[in-house]
Formats: sequence, C-alpha cells, structure tokens
Amino acid sequence: MRIDQRNKKTFDIYNIMENIKKLILNTVPTAVIEEKQKLTVTVTFDKLHLLAKTLKENAALPFDFLVKLIGVDRGEELGVNYLLCSSTDLSKELVLKTGTTDRENPLLYSITDLFETAQYNEREVFALLGIRFINNPDMRKFFLNADWVGYPLRKDYDANPELNPLSLESVDMIDIAPRITENEKGELVEDTVNIFGEDDYIINIGPQHPSTHGVMHFRTALDGEIVKKIDVHSGYIHRGIEKLSESLTYPQILHFTDRLDYLSANINRHGLCMAVEKAAEIEVPERAQYIRTIMDELNRIDSHLLAWACQTNDLGATTAFIYGMREREIILDIFEKTCGGRLIINQNVVGGVMFDIYNEFQKDVKSFIIYMRDKLKEYDRFFSHNVIALGRMVTIGVLSKEDAINYAVTGPAGRGSGWSCDIRKHIPYALYDKVDFKEIIRTEGDSYARYLNRLDEIEESLHIIEQLIDNVPEGDICAKVKPIIRLPEGEYYSRVEACRGEFGVFIESRGDKFPYRLKFRSPSMALVSAMPLICQNEKVSDFIGIGGSMDYVIPDIDR
Amino acid sequence: MELKNVNIKGIPTAEFNDNEYLENYIKELEANGVNVVLSKIDELINWGRSNSVWPLIYATSCCGIEFMATAAAHHDIARFGMEVTRNSPRQADLMIVAGTMVHKMAPLIKRVYDQMAEPKYVVAMGACAISGGPFINSYHVVPGVDQIIPVDVYIPGCPPRPESLFYGLMQLQRKIKVEQFLGNKQR
Repeated sequence: MRIDQRNKKTFDIYNIMENIKKLILNTVPTAVIEEKQKLTVTVTFDKLHLLAKTLKENAALPFDFLVKLIGVDRGEELGVNYLLCSSTDLSKELVLKTGTTDRENPLLYSITDLFETAQYNEREVFALLGIRFINNPDMRKFFLNADWVGYPLRKDYDANPELNPLSLESVDMIDIAPRITENEKGELVEDTVNIFGEDDYIINIGPQHPSTHGVMHFRTALDGEIVKKIDVHSGYIHRGIEKLSESLTYPQILHFTDRLDYLSANINRHGLCMAVEKAAEIEVPERAQYIRTIMDELNRIDSHLLAWACQTNDLGATTAFIYGMREREIILDIFEKTCGGRLIINQNVVGGVMFDIYNEFQKDVKSFIIYMRDKLKEYDRFFSHNVIALGRMVTIGVLSKEDAINYAVTGPAGRGSGWSCDIRKHIPYALYDKVDFKEIIRTEGDSYARYLNRLDEIEESLHIIEQLIDNVPEGDICAKVKPIIRLPEGEYYSRVEACRGEFGVFIESRGDKFPYRLKFRSPSMALVSAMPLICQNEKVSDFIGIGGSMDYVIPDIDR
Repeated sequence: MELKNVNIKGIPTAEFNDNEYLENYIKELEANGVNVVLSKIDELINWGRSNSVWPLIYATSCCGIEFMATAAAHHDIARFGMEVTRNSPRQADLMIVAGTMVHKMAPLIKRVYDQMAEPKYVVAMGACAISGGPFINSYHVVPGVDQIIPVDVYIPGCPPRPESLFYGLMQLQRKIKVEQFLGNKQR
C-alpha cells in the first residue's frame, strides 16, 4: 500500500515535470533541455524573459520563486544561471541558463519586473562580472565602489593592487543611477535616473550604526518623521569570499561558510558539506547525521535568542537583551565543551563531524531543554504582551505573502507572511524527515508575527532535539574522506534552512580540486531587499524596530 | 615598573612583569623631566581614565557578536568600567575594531577615528582587524586596520573569546596607567 503510494507520487512528479518540459519547448522551441542534478534549460538571452514569464504564469505549477541568480564566467561566454522553484512546492526546481559571448559590452535582459529579488542580484552580477541588464531600473554596482577597476569574478581579472589602491578619501554618495532600457522600437537607450526627488530630505542610517545590525547603509528620504524611500548601499564588509574560494580546496572553503552568517555558522557549513558529499557520493554515518541535526537545532535556538535579544533591545528593552544573552550563553557552553568553539564552532566536515559529543552532552542538553521551556514562558509573560511592545510591533512593517515570494523572503520572516517555505519540510535533509515538528506559519506579516514566529521556532527546535537526544546511535562520526577531494564535472546545488531563511550553495566543478565557481545564496539579502518596501510610510523610529524583526546579518549579504 | 600581585586565573603574575616596551616608554618620558606635583596629579588622572574607558564598537562582523556576549551579564564588561558603549565617536575614548576592514569602509573608519577626542585608543580585535585574517588574499580586504589608523592593542583569535578581549583591554589599561599628560615638559 505504502509502496504504491510512493510509486504514484514519483509518477506524479514525473508527469508534472514532463508537462513543464512540453511547456518550455512550446514557448521556446530552440531551448536545450538537460537532465542533470536539476532539470537544466539553456536558452539564448533574448528568449529568457519570455520563458521565465511563461513559467511564472503557469497555472498548474507556477515557478514564481527565484532562489538563486548566479553569474558565471564560462570562459568564452559570460552567463547567468537562474534557479527557479515553485512557491507551493519548493522541491520542484528548474535551472535556466543563458549567456552572451560579448565580453566587451555584455548585455542580458533583466527579469526584475517578474521577480523583485532579481534587482539586487543583478546589480551584484554587474559589479562582479560586468554584465549589464537591460530594463533593470538601477544599474549601479552593488558591492564595489563605482570607480572599481575590473570585474573580480571574471577569470581574467587583474588583481594587481596598484589598479585599486587603498584610498582614505571619503567619496560622495551617488544618487544618480545609470540604466539601459529597450524602447518600443527595440532600440537600446542609455540614460540616468535620479533615486531621490530634488526636495527630498535624506538622512544616512549606517554604515556604522548600532541598530542596523551590521554595516549596512540605508539612505533614507524622510517626510517629517515618515519614511518616504530607502536606498540601500552595501559592500562595507564585502570580502570576496566567492573569488577566494576559487583557489582553495573544498575542506579549506568550509571555514568561510561559518563567517558568512556567523549566527547560523553550523547550518551554513552543513549546507556546503552536503553539496560536496552529494557530488562526491560520500555516505555520512548515521551518528554524524544525529550530531549534525542536534547541533543545527541548538544553533537555531542560539540565533533566535540573539535575534530576540536584539529586537527587544531595538525596541528599548535593555533587560530583555541581557536575558536573551544569558540563555544563549548556556548553548555556547555546550558548543564549547563539544568542540572548543563558541560562536564559530567548526564542527561539520565533509563526510561527518570533526568532534564526537562528550559524555555528559545528553544530560546538559536535556537540562537546557527544561530550563529553556521555563524561560520561554517568562519571555511571553514579561515582553510578548507588553502594551508598548505591541504598539511598536502589531501592524508595523507588513509584508504580504505575494511580496514575500516576489522578494524571496524566507525563514521566520517569510513564514510570518503566511508562506510555507521551510526547507526542512519541503526538501528534508539530514534527519528532518524522521522527526516530528510543526512548521510555524502566521498570516499577519507584521513585526509581531515575525517576533512570535521566532519564539515558537525555539520551542519546535527543542521538540526536535528532544526526539533525537536519547537515540544517538553508536558508530563512526566521519566517513573516510581523502584530504583532497576532486568533484566530478558538473553543477551541484544544495539548500538548507538556516536561521534567517534558505541558505543555498552552488558549486560548478570542472573536475578539479578547486571549484570553478562557488556561490552562496544569502537569506539576509532577500530580507534587506524587502526593507524599502515594508518601511515605506512607517515612522523612522519603527524602521529600526522592523529591522530588528527582520534580523538580517550583513556579512552574509556582502560575502 | 612594578606591579602588585595580579590575580587572574590562567595568567601568571610574571607575565605582567614583561614590560620592556612600557619601561622604554617611561624612560623616554623621564628623560624629558617630570615635576613632582604634576606627576601625582597625572597618576590620579590615569587612575580615573584607565578605569572608565568608554568604548566605541566599530563592529563589522563576527567579533561584534563576541563583544555583545562580553557586554552581557555572563561576562560583564562593567567590572572594568567599560560598559558605557558610546555610539558617537565624540564621546568615546576607545575604538574597538571588531571585524574585517575592506576598501569601501576604509575612508569611513578614518573619518570616525578623526572625530574622536584625544586621548584616544584603538584595539584591533580578531584576526581580520590585525592582518586581514582568513581573507588576507582578497582583492577588497585591507590587510590589517593598522594600515589606516594607529593601533594600541592587538587581540588575536577568530573571534577572540570574551576572556581574551578582557585580557587585551587590561593591557590597554596598563598602557593608560603609565601615561603623563601634565608632567611632560615637551607638551
């Protein structure tokens, strides 16, 4: 009976994907469809927009969630890979590929009008690869200064420091954005557009500001106390991790993932390990899977506690900040006893985990679960129903479900807008298909929904740990792995649920011990890209509160 | 320079007597001649200054979170009189640079440093602020914040534990304690 059901399900998936293939070939007959790790469709650059639009508007299975937009220097051509999936079922994935052979003036068509999240990603591709996107309303470089010489992710990039010397001269912010549009006759027109109106009163929030949760720069146009428009500047912590990774072996790259979103360090690392393990076909021992899942969930609680502490601090409750950090310290102690690290724990390695759990691990975790449940009640009692807190969270910063999908806002924020987007449920990895847990979904979409979602997710994480902690099997903690791993030629994707949303890894390997191209999907970038939308017409003091409820981590965005 | 018994677990008192560069510093100051009364006032000023250092946290990445843990109840930076973290450079004595410094940020940290009032100190916290850390080969990373502003104390670690941060900050306190603001004839 069960086998029948499973067969039927596989058959259904097969059928659906066959229909999608037919749809693609009907729309673009010249498309090349390949069955790789994901269904990959290669089209010429002028057909991409049409195909993406058709797929997005496909009623049976709309591909309306742009997961990743990856710029790749493929040697003779510069191209972009788009990982699309359906917002109703995240396991239905599709890769679109396009490219241009013009390396002097590469131009592709933008899909910003279909997926808002493409906006920042396309600007990133322009800064790092020099591809300009036709019809993108704002073609400024995203991470680098406008006068940066060269495009770092190109294979022929000249890294000579004399070309881009360290300058201590302050530069003026440029509020005029170049753009390139196609008019009705099909001609390309280059012009500029002013980001702000002439009479706008603009204040700079950041880059060095304690409430922006990192070095983000929000240029904010105000009308009295009301936010009219926000222009986001990023790159104040852009370390070029993706370029650095191209000259390091896979085990060496692992430590970069911890330093992306340092609050979900273990989960990010899990994501990269999974991508490499899948590609090299390494079987992870069961004991390692248990340890990984427990550590991931502990990491999630740690991150949500810090998010809670910072959000309450942003709303003016300093005591709550101290409380959140106090509980977090217990988790850090458990981490420390396990592997010596506090914040960045270096636990996962390719093939398993580096350190086994210690003798009293179970006892410590169990006593923490009891303690934490008690504290959650306390948080609920003294902050969650506080009149002032409610006034600053309820109906503030509302993000609708459509916008959440359009801006690719995942994690507690996306689920606060009523979008079921938990990778642990949709594409289970590690042991998430064996444990029972609820996906916390609220439909209000305001700061308060995001706030409550985090507290509820702490409870769910405790529940997951509770189911696993007594059943850790005996055995190896790490599979036998060669020190230098060569991945077979191909493209590999992996997706995990980090604390702020979906974290993704893309590896393009050409059979070498180094990746040819490595790209991380940052959940925080989507959160920040939604900030201008949800802060519009809110008070400037609530801007800080909304930022706290979104809980983005900037080094994750800048990479 | 003699120090009384320092009672810190894990750090022997002998380590505190390795003071070569501070002794040279004192010699240099003494060579310039010191007034007896003013030097006593100096001691008083230094006692006050070293025990109420107000930091500005220039946190760009992971080390900033470890600073937050340091400032919270468990580790409690208030024991050293440093809990008053100032977000305005004009009110701060000490800048803790916690995290990687990149080309785009370099002019801004210089500007914030210039806005701080004298006397001012800088602590480079973590491998990135010291030398660029794991990102030293990157095209966009400044190899150490000392390329931009002068640094008083370097605290290694990635990120440094709160205890290391305390140790580093205590080294800064020692440095402040031997300074002379009034007694130096050169001024």
